[in-house]
Amino acid sequence: MGLFVLRRLGVMLLTAIALTFVVFYLTNLPPNLEKLARTEGSVRMTDEAVADWIVKNGHSGSVFLRYGQWLGVVPGWTYTDEKGQSRGRCFQIGEDAAAAPRFCGILQGNWGYSTFFKSPVAASLGEKLAATGWLMLAVMLVMVPTSLLLGVLSGMREGSATDRTLSTFSIATTATPEYVSGVILVALFATASTGISPLLASYGLIEPNKTLFLASATSAMDDITFWNFTLPVMTIALYGIGYIARMTRASMTEVMTQQYIRTARLKGVTFRNVVLKHALRNALIAPFTVIMLQFPWLLNGVVIVESLFNYKGFGWTLVQAASNNDIPLLLACSVVAVVVVLLTQLISDIGYVFLNPRIRLA
Amino acid sequence: MDQLTWTGTAGTLLLPLLQIALLALALGLVAKLLFVLAGLDGPRLPSADGTIAARSPGDFASLGIRYSFFAAVAAIFFMLAAGAVMPSPVEAGILGAMAVRFWPVWAALAATFVLSLRFRRRLGLYGKLFDSTVGMIGFAIVMFWVFTAIFADVIVTHDAFAQLSGLKNKPPGIAAPDSAYGWYLLGGDHLARDVFSRMVMGAREVLKIAPAATLFAFMVGITLGLPAGYFGGRLDTVISFLANLVLAFPVILLFYLLVTPEIRNTGIPVVLAALLFIFPIIFLTVLFNSRFYTDPTKRNIYVGLTLLIGLWAYSGLAFNRDPLGIWSMQPNMLNVFVSVVFVNSPGVFRIVRGLVMDIKARDYVAAGQTRGEGPWYIMLWEILPNARGPLIVDFCLRIGYTTILLGTLGFFGLGVSPDSPDWGSTIDDGRKLLNLFPHPAVTPALALMSLVLGLNLLADGLREESLKD
Amino acid sequence: MTASASSAASSTWDPSQPILEIEHLSISFFTRLREIPAVMDFSCTVMPGEAMGLVGESGCGKSTVALAVMRELGKTGRIVAGSMKFKGRDLAKMDDEELRHIRGSEIAMIYQEPMASLNPAMKIGAQLAEVPMLHSGMSKDEAWKLARQIVADVRLPDPDRIINSYPHQLSGGQQQRIVIAMALMAKPALLILDEPTTALDVTVEAGIVDLVKELGRKYGTSMLFISHNLGLVMDVCDRICVMYSGEAVETGSVTEVFDKMRHPYTQALFRSIPLPGADKNARPLISIPGNFPLPHERPKGCNFGPRCDYFEKGRCDETDIPMAHVPGDDRHDTRCLRWQEIDWSAPPAKRAVKEKAAIGDVVLKMEDLRKYYNVSTGAFGGGASKVVKANETLSFEAREGETLAIVGESGCGKSTFAKVLMGLETATSGSIMLFDENVQSTPIQKRNTDTVSQVQMVFQNPFDTLNPSMTVGRQIIRALEIFKFGKSDAERHQRMLELLDLVKLPRAFADRMPRQLSGGQKQRVGIARAFAGGAKVVVADEPVSALDVSVQAAVTDLLMDIQRENKTTLLFISHDLSIVRYLSDRVMVMYLGHVVEMGTTDQVFSPPYHPYTEALLSAVPIADTKVERKRIVLEGDIPSAVNPPPGCPFQTRCRWKSQVPGGLCDREVPPVQMLADGHQIKCHLSAEVLATMEPVIKIAAE
Repeated sequence: MGLFVLRRLGVMLLTAIALTFVVFYLTNLPPNLEKLARTEGSVRMTDEAVADWIVKNGHSGSVFLRYGQWLGVVPGWTYTDEKGQSRGRCFQIGEDAAAAPRFCGILQGNWGYSTFFKSPVAASLGEKLAATGWLMLAVMLVMVPTSLLLGVLSGMREGSATDRTLSTFSIATTATPEYVSGVILVALFATASTGISPLLASYGLIEPNKTLFLASATSAMDDITFWNFTLPVMTIALYGIGYIARMTRASMTEVMTQQYIRTARLKGVTFRNVVLKHALRNALIAPFTVIMLQFPWLLNGVVIVESLFNYKGFGWTLVQAASNNDIPLLLACSVVAVVVVLLTQLISDIGYVFLNPRIRLA
Repeated sequence: MDQLTWTGTAGTLLLPLLQIALLALALGLVAKLLFVLAGLDGPRLPSADGTIAARSPGDFASLGIRYSFFAAVAAIFFMLAAGAVMPSPVEAGILGAMAVRFWPVWAALAATFVLSLRFRRRLGLYGKLFDSTVGMIGFAIVMFWVFTAIFADVIVTHDAFAQLSGLKNKPPGIAAPDSAYGWYLLGGDHLARDVFSRMVMGAREVLKIAPAATLFAFMVGITLGLPAGYFGGRLDTVISFLANLVLAFPVILLFYLLVTPEIRNTGIPVVLAALLFIFPIIFLTVLFNSRFYTDPTKRNIYVGLTLLIGLWAYSGLAFNRDPLGIWSMQPNMLNVFVSVVFVNSPGVFRIVRGLVMDIKARDYVAAGQTRGEGPWYIMLWEILPNARGPLIVDFCLRIGYTTILLGTLGFFGLGVSPDSPDWGSTIDDGRKLLNLFPHPAVTPALALMSLVLGLNLLADGLREESLKD
Repeated sequence: MTASASSAASSTWDPSQPILEIEHLSISFFTRLREIPAVMDFSCTVMPGEAMGLVGESGCGKSTVALAVMRELGKTGRIVAGSMKFKGRDLAKMDDEELRHIRGSEIAMIYQEPMASLNPAMKIGAQLAEVPMLHSGMSKDEAWKLARQIVADVRLPDPDRIINSYPHQLSGGQQQRIVIAMALMAKPALLILDEPTTALDVTVEAGIVDLVKELGRKYGTSMLFISHNLGLVMDVCDRICVMYSGEAVETGSVTEVFDKMRHPYTQALFRSIPLPGADKNARPLISIPGNFPLPHERPKGCNFGPRCDYFEKGRCDETDIPMAHVPGDDRHDTRCLRWQEIDWSAPPAKRAVKEKAAIGDVVLKMEDLRKYYNVSTGAFGGGASKVVKANETLSFEAREGETLAIVGESGCGKSTFAKVLMGLETATSGSIMLFDENVQSTPIQKRNTDTVSQVQMVFQNPFDTLNPSMTVGRQIIRALEIFKFGKSDAERHQRMLELLDLVKLPRAFADRMPRQLSGGQKQRVGIARAFAGGAKVVVADEPVSALDVSVQAAVTDLLMDIQRENKTTLLFISHDLSIVRYLSDRVMVMYLGHVVEMGTTDQVFSPPYHPYTEALLSAVPIADTKVERKRIVLEGDIPSAVNPPPGCPFQTRCRWKSQVPGGLCDREVPPVQMLADGHQIKCHLSAEVLATMEPVIKIAAE
């Protein structure tokens, strides 16, 4: 077991390094650097000036070396211009080059300086991550119990009317990506002109020209309420609910046809206990993995929903960083994304082993 | 000219009916769910004298759901049908008028279904699809959009790019006095273009890329998944590691990195295209070679033709250097296409690999080995045909997923020209004024949802039918 | 029927009355297209303490009857007529609640696949304790105590450990004992056993059968024993009911049905199974012609009519045939119109005895062949790697036209041996000489076409042997293409048709898909494919074990016919000693990768035996009342090949171990002893001790 975790961690580390390198390479492509030079310097810079800027700011040289610097395993660059002023990765102009540390990559906790937000990456990203954390927590609280319940209910009697109704619902939600469900939910619940808000207003249940839910979640940054948080949470959760419910259903129907379920029935166990005591644990092994592997997709949902509802979390930051060529911020975002994905994969692997006695002790 | 109502003259009668039916349906569903959770719903058992025992409350809820559902469907059907026979859009209403515009689609659908049902016993898995209600509904929805894409030029009421003054953000059914057709059936968008026509043209955009990209992803996934699963060992470890690498990337991040104007300047999309587009050629060449190497004449014909056509298309698509100028792709289109294939391939790879590992333990594979077949023959001709069921199902699901991905790209404005009518970017355009004018965004959203839903239902039906063997 | 009325009925039940009385039961399955009758007009009676055997080939409806008694027919199955009285109450009319009280407490069931029947995520103890907790409201502690006791009762070692383990930690034999224990937890009145030993090895099966018999006696439980194996039924049951195509065709006491059968199907069945007491010359097998009818294609009148030797047109195919009582016997009935007219003692029509082809030169010679695998232990491939010795110093030779049988149970290395010979794996050391060519380290891709086409294989599972998405003809033609036969497609097509003739299949089958063929037909195609390149050595890996007995005989005969014509060397891998005795010239017995005994068929089947051969012979159930056999039940299960015992591989289960002085068996792998001409045994026993061995199987004087 210990060795397994160790090997798994080794592969994870390798994956993380490979992925971050790919991101580093793609964000530091020459056209991106030229664009950066022009935004940092001036738009009307000559090509020579751009090239000069790139050299002066440590963006020249081998991409492997630069990646190493960013990571913090290669000494940071230094540049001394003709005036004898020196600057480098680890110190600003005017600071003492000798006193500065030699290594200053993310391993040393130096995440860089966001060119778009004009603030250190670590600080702003931490705050954004916290906001997204609340969103994810709410999504999980809604999504996991609902989907498991739906899946088990429809899977325990395959082909029944309940099954068909719930399956149709699940298929419909898996066919609805977040940008579609978000738009539809807003149109239904958060516009003053269509959906149920005008109806409720006409009954006097809500104030006229107000909407039942809010179409923007910006206010949830400070104060999460039912009215500003429901739509973003539901938008992300809906897609996942359908997906996990379908997995649970498939797993449940398979388990229900197993011979040990027949054994239990022929022992005289009630249907309720057949489901709860005999089927459930076996049926939940597969969905557990799926829930964990949902994280990369949830991250997608977060990005879409945060842009759609203007909720300034991690996803929103990622979009801002990417569209504004903010290289350090985008790199930091990808590190976070990659780490989250890999951690969930690890948890899924280990959890699978613990849920399944056949593997645990074999 | 007046603004059109949704349902025209037929609606005065049918609209209240539809409302009642939908309300009853919603109540029934809630009641049913409560009964199931409360345990008041169970299978009916024959009692001692063989008659059916008293119905449980859950059964009544089910009955209610069924009847209200049929009533709602009937109401909608009659609205469409009534609209279709009305002489002018004013009496037909918006729904009826749209039903009329879609007439080539209806005709094509009817022809498809009549022919398929007629010959379904001779059509293999495709024919068996018509035994499953779910599968048939899914197939109908998918074919609806396919035919819409084909006949889009006939269906549209306006040019998808034309802007008519005064119709900016106007609601559905608004009269467009300056145009030949006379109305914007689903209103105007923020640039005063016809939402209906853009939605129809959008189908063409989506269906041009999604199936082709999925097919390429399958070629890549199969060509790599077969040897990885069959040989195992170090080859498998390396390819699986690479596949997991791609799968561990959040898709959005990958798109933001891969689909940018800057990256087009570096030539990375062309390199990727060169890499990914070679796989179909490898696949077909190996396919024919392994089968016909015992008969060199036949082999040379098949392989020669594959290489000739394949490399010709390859030079055009990947490098835009087709000597005859027939095969080519816009740089931004190539960028989108390559990225979508790249994102999808590892998923296919994983499925194929799993299937191969399962099937390779079969005796007929051993029989192939003991008569000295080469590994590629066994993979392509003994294993692959027997993995086709799950692969076809996954193909349908994956087209849906690709559609969603393309929508995501459009939604973030990546890789598409700004005024393209594709559904993703139309939703993105519409969402900025979503609070005030939902219709420009909701229309493509519903269209996209229905297409993916159709594909999912189709996959479900296929899975059900292929398991029945 | 209300609950109080039913309890009144059960309290009035008189123990001299039948415990289970099934009358005119008919069961159908309803599909979207049609109703498929699975069981028609089935009647049988089980008295208290009696064991009733239900026998028939697959698809005859015997399992459906068992499940119907449990009222477990799924969504599509329904009882369409008849009654099933359990202790006087009709099971068919019970509601869910009443059924639930009966299931597990009054009627319990034992299943075919023990692994699948146990919940993988629940501890053994919890699964056992559930039964008394449900039915007699026992407390959890008490129930666990009872579970522990019953586990000891089914003779499992270390019950405390076992009740705290999960099913996958036990071996197949142990799992089946747990399933039996579970059935016994509530001391049921009726036990239904659905092929309880089919998934187990013969020596393990013998132990289970003994246990079932003993427990039946101890608790006075009635049993409904379902099996396709006549020998097993004879071992366990008092009465027998033979089923064919949904109907009971003959029922009576075991001795009467076995000795005085009165239905042509029963007779044909007995004539088609090989008995270890007889070989092919003394008692040739007679296969039943034709195929088992599909449920919706049953003929009018007698279902067996089209395959029956005594069929009379206009009479047997007119009306449904009722059961007729055989006077003078105890409840002996037969479903045959002509049973009084048939001369039951007439010997089967003599067939022309085919001349055995002469045994020629050595074509295959193996010397000191070893095949070791490196496997990594530990759950995730992290642990230290271990060497599995799949084959250990294998030496033998096989001659042209000879049949060499390789006998052994699971894990004995016979399949590995086949793989090495075929070139799918390469041997670790030793040599394989094939027609004077050493192919030991030549994998199949490197062998030339001639060598490949000369060594071919027939596989075990007929449902797996053909590619499901290619026509039968195409698959044979492909083999011809690969073997470079013929110059044109037309020539190969012609040869393919001839091959179909060779295996006695209609030529029209060339265009069929494998799913349209029955198991026996698929196996014939497999044989045709193997012989496509004129194979000289054919490895047949349990070619008939997955087929029904009536088909087995035909496929076996076909193999032997082709062998005779082509002078093929046949390496026949099997665990079934009866069939081995029937067709082989020489036998090689394997255990955990070692050849423990080798010799001519007569030498191996008569003493002196290797102790393992002796046990194996004794374990085979024999469907002949005249045969007496010594009962030797081996302790425990076959050790895992990953972790074999030190010294002699068989020492953990050997009953002769005490006869070897000095604990030699624990320490050293025994040397090979040459006994008579070519008869070798790998055992420490001295020649004197071996000489004292008695024959296991004796034919009683009539």
